[in-house]
Order: sequence, then structure tokens, then C-alpha cells
Amino acid sequence: MRLHELVHARTGDKGDISNISVIAYRAADWPLIEREITSDRVTAHFKEALGGEITRYALPQLCALNFVIRGALTGGVTRSLALDAHGKCLASVLLEMEICPK
Amino acid sequence: MKVVRIGAGAGFQGDRIAPAVDLAERGELDFLVFECLAERTIALAQQARLLDPARGYDPLLERRMRAVLPLCAKAGTRIVTNMGAANPHAGAERVRAVARALGLTGLRIAAVLGDDVLDRIGGHVLDETGAPASALGDRLVSANAYIGVSGIVEALDRGADVVICGRASDPALFLAPLVHSFGWAMDDWTRLGQGTLVGHLLECSAQITGGYFADPGVKHVPGLAHVGFPLAEVSDDGNAVVTKLPGTGGMVTRATCTEQLLYEIHDPANYLQPDVIADFSGVTLDEIGSDRVLISGAKGAPASGKFKVSVGYRDGWVGEGQISYAGANCVARGHLAVELLRERLADAGDGILEDRADLIGCNSVASRRVSGVCEPAEIRLRYATRCRDSETAQRVAEEVESLYLNGPAGGGGVTRSVREIIAIASTLIPAAEVPTMVELMEAQDETA
Repeated sequence: MRLHELVHARTGDKGDISNISVIAYRAADWPLIEREITSDRVTAHFKEALGGEITRYALPQLCALNFVIRGALTGGVTRSLALDAHGKCLASVLLEMEICPK
Repeated sequence: MKVVRIGAGAGFQGDRIAPAVDLAERGELDFLVFECLAERTIALAQQARLLDPARGYDPLLERRMRAVLPLCAKAGTRIVTNMGAANPHAGAERVRAVARALGLTGLRIAAVLGDDVLDRIGGHVLDETGAPASALGDRLVSANAYIGVSGIVEALDRGADVVICGRASDPALFLAPLVHSFGWAMDDWTRLGQGTLVGHLLECSAQITGGYFADPGVKHVPGLAHVGFPLAEVSDDGNAVVTKLPGTGGMVTRATCTEQLLYEIHDPANYLQPDVIADFSGVTLDEIGSDRVLISGAKGAPASGKFKVSVGYRDGWVGEGQISYAGANCVARGHLAVELLRERLADAGDGILEDRADLIGCNSVASRRVSGVCEPAEIRLRYATRCRDSETAQRVAEEVESLYLNGPAGGGGVTRSVREIIAIASTLIPAAEVPTMVELMEAQDETA
């Protein structure tokens, strides 16, 4: 099933670092989210699009994860040639991830 | 128990004005805060100031103040804003002129100065370049430290109705009125952490009331067209209720608050601020009523004693153009156009430092990971370059436009642009090297 059905997400940017929050709609899905949405899976999902190292933080009381991606924004909003230089769209792309609800 | 009501009147330079007017009129606020300064904005403002020493503050300052000053004066609401940008003194002078024109002669306006550290940044090594700022030579445009609450608190303590600062940490714009109102000690790390949480949640205006949130079918936001801006009811212990005005669109829920809690946050347990290292890792968000979320559980630790500095520098020019192709074989024609552009511009050599071609609709934004088939009904080619000089950037834009007559079949709707790049680099500076000063003026005073 698509991650979009289980969580909502938001992208933020600071310099050349992007962060993507991933928040479960239902507390019952939190164990699945916490287990399945690893840094490795996020790295694999974005493939070559995001170069940098990914760190994951968890806030279980809010059923939320936060992924911090360094070097994600081709130099940052002020000098990047990218159309979406802030990387605002990245969270929605992450929600295309397929996960197995077992 | 005393409760301070603090609202957000803007979350970025171009933010909507009507919701701020609504808050000023009906919010019964103690404070209304306008956060209008993005990373790069201050460097652009510095350029405006170089051209005219009376400029360099936010271009929308006058419009926003005209809209809210009479309402805030009537309600006893005090204003805090970073719309001073590169020139808080001139910004405060402008607000004074507006106040006088509106007949608000009793108004006291403060400028908070000291964030501009351009004169002492030269020896500091920049994170991005690995070299001292002085190595940028005459490309160096601006250097501004993210100052904390001290100058703003002093201005409020001295009775300012409107506080105009330049670069300050965004949450500090909200934390300062709370420190002023409750008399929080500057080593009360828990309260400073809680106040930082309030500021962090409110500083992007509608992003916590349903903006940047709607996703049809899964995340419905009622009345988004008339989304209200947020306010917080803050208690002395730093706990707060985030809400919005009755009758406004949007919503304040645990979900909107959670998204905003993590917005532009890295390690939630170490949110580095000038006055405190805030810890949001134990924050709880409880829906206690319709559009009312109780926020609590933030903590804090002593600050590092260093301020982040954003350094603005000229970094070449962007030359860009776009053209559309539609219908049969449109993607192939887009690819051909890119090949033509690269061949025609090959003789620009290292005048073009970097180029990027996007087929909007296929691979332009975040979906570069999608390789292989893409068959949309239409695409828009965007060809963008970073160039050493404006002439080369201009040439790039012209070559895209020339695709009309000299490119693949059926290209239409060309747009083109050329702009200078003001890049931002970062470094740290000891807080002791960044003293702040407050300049207080009354609307009835003669202009200095």
C-alpha cells in the first residue's frame, strides 16, 4: 500500500539541508511506520535525486518521524538552479513509497 | 492567572495582509508579530540600502503598518517585527512617519540595532566555502547575526509600542514579548524552551492553521480561502493554547501542529537558538477544544554562546528560459531542444558554470528519481544556467527564445529571465562580539 494512505508529511529547508516529517494518521499504524520507514528505505526511494546522508529522529508520543537529509538541495535555495529550490515537493514524493502492511 | 495573547501577522515577506488585520481588530492581542525575513532577504535589502541609505527595510513595511497600526493602537496591541531588514533605523523612521500621518502621535517606536556584523566578519571561516569571509572580496554583500531576545526585551521594557529589528532568530520575535511580560529569567531554560516552542509554531503564520497542509481526499481544510492566522494564549509556566479567531477558515489540530513542530527542525532535542538550546523531543500536543491545541513539554539547555551569521555574497548570474511542447512526441522534441541549446552555447566555455535542463511535467521538481518512460500530454522545457556574468546569462535567455524559429517543431510560450545570484553562507560568531542597542523614538518627535 502507498505510504500516502498511512501518514502525512511536510518538508522544510535550511541552507542545503532538507527535512521531511512523516506523521501517522492513526496511532495504531505507528509501530508499522517506525519499523518500515527507515533511513535506508528513504535513501533508496529517492535514489540519485538526493545525494546526502540521511538521519532519522523519532517522536513516538506524536507518532512522528523526522528525516534530515544533508546536501539535498543542490547548494541551497539561494544558488540552486532547481525549479523547487526549497525542496517543498519532496514530502509528497516520499508519500509515493510502497510499504507492506504486515 | 495571567495569560499573554500573542499572534502571528506574517510568516514571510509576501504574506497575506487581511488575516493580520483581522487579528489586530478582533484578537484582543497583547502582541502581534510579523516575521518577514528569509535567509536571502536581508542581502537583497542590503543592496537596496547601498543604493539609498534611507532604504533597506522591508518594502511592504509601510503597507502592513498602515493596515494594522490604528487597530493595534486602539486595542493596546504591541507590534514586534523583523521588517527592519538591513536598516531597522530607517524602518523605524518610516513607521514613525506612518503613525504621525495616521494621527497616532503618542506611539513609541523602537529600532533594535546590532545584528549587522559586516565590519567584523572578515576573519571568520564560512562553513560552505571553507575560507574566511574576507576571501570573497568585493563580492561580500552582507553579514547579519541571528540575535536573541535582549534588544527586543529592552525595547519593550522601555515602553515601545512597535519594535523594529533586523536579523533575529525567528522564534526570538515571540520569545521576547513573553520574557518581557512574565519576567522570565534568562537562565530559566525550561521556560525559554517553552517560549521558543510557541515562537517556532507561530512564526510561519498559516502553516499551523491549515496552510501548506491540504491534500484533497485525505487532508481536508475547511474554508482555506479565508484561512485565519494563529494566536497563542501563553501562561507563565510557558504552556500555551494555539488557536485562531472564530469565523476564520482553516483549522488548528494535532496534525497541523505536529507538521509545524518539525518544520525546518533537525534534531528535535537540540534546536539551536541564540538564548537557549530548545528540546522539543518531549513535546505533547492535545486537542482541548475545536481549533484549540494545548502545547507543552518543551525543555531547554544553556545556549552555546555563539550566534549564527548569514553572509550574503554575489555569486554570478542566472540566465533562464522556458518553452512548451505539446502533443505527439513532445518529450522527444523537448530533449532535442536541450541538445540544441547545449551545442549553441558550447562556445561560452566556462562563462557558464553550471546548467540544468528540466522537462516540467516529467522530471523538474522532485521526481528525478523517475527514470524511463514519461508520456505526458505536454511538457515545458526549462533551461537554467549559472553564469559568470550578466552578458552570458542574457545570451542563454536569448538562445532559449530563439528556439521559436530555430528549434524543434511547435515550441510555444517562451518566457525568459536574468537575475543576479545573492548566495548565502553561514558561520558562527561569539555572542560577546554582537552587542545590541535600542533606539527609541516617539511619533510626535521631530525627525532626526
